[in-house]
Amino acid sequence: MVPVSWYLVLSAVLFALGAAGFLFKRNIITIFMSIELMLNAVNLSFVAFAYYWRHIGGHIFVFFVIVVAAAEAAVGLAIIITVFRNRETLNADDLEEMKF
Amino acid sequence: MTESLHLWLIPVFPLAGFLINGLAGRRLSQRAVSAVALAGVVASFLWTLRVFAAARGVTEPHIERYFTWIQSGPLQVDCAFYLDRLTLVMLLVVTGVGAIIHFYAVGYMEQEGGYYRFFAFLNLFMFFMLVLVLASSFLLMFVGWEGVGLSSYLLIGFWFRRRSATDAGNKAFLVNRIGDFGFSLGMFLMFLTFRSLDFKIVFARAGEAAPATITAVALLLFMGAAGKSAQAPLYVWLPDAMEGPTPVSALIHAATMVTAGVYMVARAAPIFSLSPLAMDITAGVGLLTAFFAATVGLLQTDIKKVLAYSTVSQLGFMFLALGAGGFSAGIFHLMTHAFFKALLFLGAGSVIHALAGEQDMRRMGGLFKQIPLTGAAFCIGALAISGVPPLAGFFSKDEILIHAWQRWPALYALGVLTAMLTAFYIFRAVFLTFFGPSRLSAEAERHLHESPAIMAVPLAVLAALSVAGGWGASIFEHWLEPVFAGAARELSISGAGALEAISVAAGLTGIGLAYWIYLARPALSATLASRAGGLYSLVRNSYHLDAIYGAVLVRPIVAISTEFLWKVMDAGLIDGAVNLVGRQSISAGEAFRRMQSGNLRSYAGWVVLGAVLVVAAMGVLVGGM
Repeated sequence: MVPVSWYLVLSAVLFALGAAGFLFKRNIITIFMSIELMLNAVNLSFVAFAYYWRHIGGHIFVFFVIVVAAAEAAVGLAIIITVFRNRETLNADDLEEMKF
Repeated sequence: MTESLHLWLIPVFPLAGFLINGLAGRRLSQRAVSAVALAGVVASFLWTLRVFAAARGVTEPHIERYFTWIQSGPLQVDCAFYLDRLTLVMLLVVTGVGAIIHFYAVGYMEQEGGYYRFFAFLNLFMFFMLVLVLASSFLLMFVGWEGVGLSSYLLIGFWFRRRSATDAGNKAFLVNRIGDFGFSLGMFLMFLTFRSLDFKIVFARAGEAAPATITAVALLLFMGAAGKSAQAPLYVWLPDAMEGPTPVSALIHAATMVTAGVYMVARAAPIFSLSPLAMDITAGVGLLTAFFAATVGLLQTDIKKVLAYSTVSQLGFMFLALGAGGFSAGIFHLMTHAFFKALLFLGAGSVIHALAGEQDMRRMGGLFKQIPLTGAAFCIGALAISGVPPLAGFFSKDEILIHAWQRWPALYALGVLTAMLTAFYIFRAVFLTFFGPSRLSAEAERHLHESPAIMAVPLAVLAALSVAGGWGASIFEHWLEPVFAGAARELSISGAGALEAISVAAGLTGIGLAYWIYLARPALSATLASRAGGLYSLVRNSYHLDAIYGAVLVRPIVAISTEFLWKVMDAGLIDGAVNLVGRQSISAGEAFRRMQSGNLRSYAGWVVLGAVLVVAAMGVLVGGM
């Protein structure tokens, strides 16, 4: 049997990759995908724990996260499309009018 | 007595009058306003008569409970009314004299603005006074006590455009606060000792308390009484209270409200009688006040001020009686004083009314021929207060002096001297106002007229009461006996006839002296005044008590309040602290708003940083557990 630590390490690596992309990428779509990656990294550890502890709570959480992620994707993509239509750019550094 | 007497109706009638006039009076005609106000007091008086007819034989207090007002731990205060013979006397005096003065006020205030306001306040006063009289516990009594103080303040400052009137109102309110402070402390101590404020319970347990506690309670209550009833050193507000309209002076500042302190001490007789020290202090303060106020009254030139000092002095006599153990004598004098002092005030009011507002006796004189009715009424009042038999004042004052004689002959001597001064100052007022040459101003001369019937009839009724009010003295005292059973000191005197003769002689001497100085030898008073010099100005200015209070109390308090409490504490510390918080918030905001850079990736950085910090904090916390 694959020990649970392997799943956790994989989850941590995926999360770190997602966080790095979230911080360093300029393209909004890439940032968005990085967020999805982080969410799914967390999902992975939820499932792993659920399997390890024989407990259904982890599965339920995962479903919630998937639902929220789907909703977020719909709203987020809609915003991104609107931004692109107005600005002809997806570079996050060009979008900084909203400030003090 | 088991059946209900519906005592609550007595105060509710004037309350209804107050509500109607207070809320809708502005839109009612003057006639309607006076009808409502009069209906309130007259209904109250009629109901009092009915209660009196039904309950004049009560020996045990008749208590009517309506609801529980306060229930908090061991403290329970009911809204309940307490009726015994003392209450009956007070009810009759308050509603009877009150009704008479209401009638008079309808005529007196006819030309004044704020007519509905005046009668609304007057009815409000009646309501609170009746609550005070009927209350069955010290706390409910305190409600009425503060309520009459409020109405008194409102009515003293009735002519609120006049600076002196509003100042006098404030002064009355503030000086009374000192007395009320004592009353409240007395109630706290009473509750600590007896676990109740109910008259019945407190009086039943009074004997169990330590003598020192009882003395403290009694003295604190007396402090309250001294404030309300204008005793030294708290009497300074009463002469100033004469700024109010004359019917107010008659009703509140002579006949009823100022006697509340006397009533309270009489009501608390079971407490006072257990403390010889408190009794002695009551008698001593009363006598000193009576004497000093009488001396100040000798030299006043404002006719209402003479009567004001006279009221202070007569209240002193009442306290002298209470302190000497003559509770029923004190209450008896309270009643006769209500008659003749109301008569004197209303007479003075008629004079002022006739002279278009003139109050200075130096610009009066020779009025008897022009306004004989008022003059006759005033003279009857003056004879009554001087103790000339067989008028009311003779019986009640005599009773008090006999009690003083039995207690301590020195008290008696000063009392007789005061009685002589009383006769002197009141007849000085009579002679200066009604006799001798006329010193009227031309304007007053033109205006001069006798009062209308609505003012003259109340004068006649009060004059009749001032004559006959004392005739049932022994019946009255006997009838009040059950109330003060155990508290009162019995009179066992020989030679009462001689004492009576002495006090009558003192009164007649006073009248004779006044006649001699002010009518027979008019030049004499000026000579005497210049001869006396410093003493004259000392007495005339009420022993400079106001100036002393001003220098010792008022000015330091005002100075500390402005220089320290306002400028340092309030403006510096409290406002400073608030402003400091405000300024710090603004500069912190200035710093933090730099974070709102608009750059998406810097926000991402903050989010990650925050997440890391949260995780780290959880690691530390969970790891620590």
